[in-house]
Amino acid sequence: MTTSQEENFMRKISAEEKIEPKDWMPDAYRKNLIRQISQHAHSEVIGMQPEGNWLTRAPSLRRKAILLSKIQDEAGHGLYLYSACETLGISRSEMIEQLQSGAAKYSSIFNYPTLTWADVGAIGWLVDGAAIVNQVSLQRTSYGPYSRGMIRICKEESFHQRQGYEAMLALAKGSEGQKAMAQDALDRFYWPALMMFGPHDSESAHSQKSMEWKIKRETNDDLRQKFVDQTVKQIEVLGLEHPDKNITWNDERGHYDSSDLNWDEFWSVINGNGHCNRQRIEHHLAAHEEGEWVRDAITAYNEKKRAKKAQHAA
Amino acid sequence: MSDQIKQAIQEYATRLGDDSVVLGHRISEWVSYGPFLEEDIAYGNVSLDYIGRARMFYTYAAELADDGRDEDDFAYMRNDREYRNLLLMELPKGDFAYSQVRQLFADVYYTLMLPELLQSKDETLSAIAAKAIKETKYHLRRSRDWVLRLGDGTEESHKRTQKALDQLWGYTHELFDMDETEQLLADAGIGVDVSRLRDSWLKMVSDILTEATLTVPEDSWAVRGGRVGYHTENLGHMLTEMQIVHRSHPGCKW
Ligand SMILES: [Fe+2]
Ligand SMILES: [Fe+2]
Ligand SMILES: [Fe+2]
Repeated sequence: MTTSQEENFMRKISAEEKIEPKDWMPDAYRKNLIRQISQHAHSEVIGMQPEGNWLTRAPSLRRKAILLSKIQDEAGHGLYLYSACETLGISRSEMIEQLQSGAAKYSSIFNYPTLTWADVGAIGWLVDGAAIVNQVSLQRTSYGPYSRGMIRICKEESFHQRQGYEAMLALAKGSEGQKAMAQDALDRFYWPALMMFGPHDSESAHSQKSMEWKIKRETNDDLRQKFVDQTVKQIEVLGLEHPDKNITWNDERGHYDSSDLNWDEFWSVINGNGHCNRQRIEHHLAAHEEGEWVRDAITAYNEKKRAKKAQHAA
Repeated sequence: MSDQIKQAIQEYATRLGDDSVVLGHRISEWVSYGPFLEEDIAYGNVSLDYIGRARMFYTYAAELADDGRDEDDFAYMRNDREYRNLLLMELPKGDFAYSQVRQLFADVYYTLMLPELLQSKDETLSAIAAKAIKETKYHLRRSRDWVLRLGDGTEESHKRTQKALDQLWGYTHELFDMDETEQLLADAGIGVDVSRLRDSWLKMVSDILTEATLTVPEDSWAVRGGRVGYHTENLGHMLTEMQIVHRSHPGCKW
C-alpha cells in the first residue's frame, strides 16, 4: 500500500465517487464489505425458511401465489448479492461454507419461529419494512456493485412490504380469530424487527469505520428511530394495539420515544442461541448435503460433453 | 350450450384445476430444499405457473357452477375423495430425480395436450391453454435437461433416475384414459381426446430417456383412479396440510 493509493481512495470516498471492483481499496475496507454483503446475502437465503414454512398452508390460492413469488424474489436477491460479493474476490462456495460453519452471520430476525399464518404478513410488513429503511440508506453506499444492487433490490422489497401490510390488513379487519392472530404476530415480531438495526451505536463494533468509509450512511439508532416513527401510524390504521406501551410523541425531538430493547435477548440470538438458530443451519446443511449427488451429476455430465467435443474436434 | 355440456365443462375444468393445484403444491415443497439456489428459484417459478393455472381453471368452474363458490372453495373446501386429479401429480416429492422424472412426464404430456386444448371451441379453455403453452415450453426444457444430466451423470444419479422411472411408470397410463365426460367434450370439439396422445408421448419420452442412457420401463403395471376420486394415500395428507388454515376459519377472507 502506498500513500498515494490510500489518499486517492479517501479522495473518492469524500467526493461521493463509487469504488469499483478493479479500484485499489484498503484490505480492511474489502473485509468489512465482504462481511456485510455476504451477511446480507445469507439473510435473503435463510429468510426463505421461515416464510417457506407457510407455503404449503397458505389459506388462499392468491396468497399462496404471492408468497411463492416473494420467496422467489428473496432467493434472487441472495443470488444477486452473492455475485456482488464475488467481485471482492471471494467465491460463493466459500461464503456458503462460512454460513454453515457459523463464521458468517445472517439477520437474527430469521431465528424467530413463524407460528401462524399472520407471521407471514408481519414479516412482509415489519421485516421487509425494516430492511427497506436500512437498504434505502445503503443505496448511497460507497461500493458501486453493492449500491447498484440495493437500488434494484429496494424496489422489490417495497412491493413485499405493501403485500405484507395488505395481508395484515385483511386479518385485522377480519374475524375475531384472524384479528387475534394479527395482534399476536405483531406482538412477537415488533421487537425483533427493531433489533434488526443492530446494537446501539455505542456498542456497535463495525459502525465507526463503516461510517468513515461510507459503507454505512446512517447510524443504527437513527435508522431504528425512522422505523419506529413510521410504524406507529401503520399500527393505528390496522386498528391493532401498539406492542410498546411507552410509545409517546416527543415534540422537542420530533420523534417518538420508546422503550429500550431487551439486549440480553438480542445478544443471545446473535450468539447462536435463539429459537431457530440451529434449525436454520441444519436445514441449510441438509439441503446442501442432499444436493451433493445432483451437483456431482452436473459436473460429470459436463465433463463427458467436453470430452466428446474434444474428441470430435481432434 | 346444453346443460349436459355445461356440466361436463365444469367437471373438466375442475379436473384440470385439481391436476394443477396438486402438482403445483408438490413442486412448492422444494423451495429452500433444492440442491442450489438457482433451483429454489426455478422450483418457485414452475410452482407459481401451476398455481396460476389452477386459479384460472377453478375460476371458470366456479363461474359455470354459479352457486356462489369461488376458486378457493374448489381448492380448500373439497375432500380428497372429491378431488379428481391424476395420481401422478399427488405422489410425494421424493428425491430430486423422482421429482424431475415426474416433471418430465407431466411436461411432455402438457406439451402435447395444450396445443389441442388451444383449439377448443370453448374460448376460456382455449385462452388458459394459450397462456400455459408458453410456460410449458420452459418447463420441458428444464426437466429434459435435468433428466439428461442425471441419467448421463454419475453412477449414483443414473441409478436414482432409473429407479424413479421404474417407480413412476405405472402412473403414466392413466394420463391417457378417457371417460364418458371427456369423450362427450372431445366429440363436441371442446375437450382433448388424450387417448390419441399416448403414442407421441411415448416417442418423445423414449427419445429423451434413450439419450439420457436410461431404460424405458416395460408396461407391466398400471395404477388408476384419480379421475373418480380413488387416490393414493398421499393426497389426504397433502390436503390436510394445504387446507388446515383455510378450514380453521370458516367463511373468512384472506
Ligand atoms: Fe430480499
Ligand atoms: Fe433484504
Ligand atoms: Fe423482501
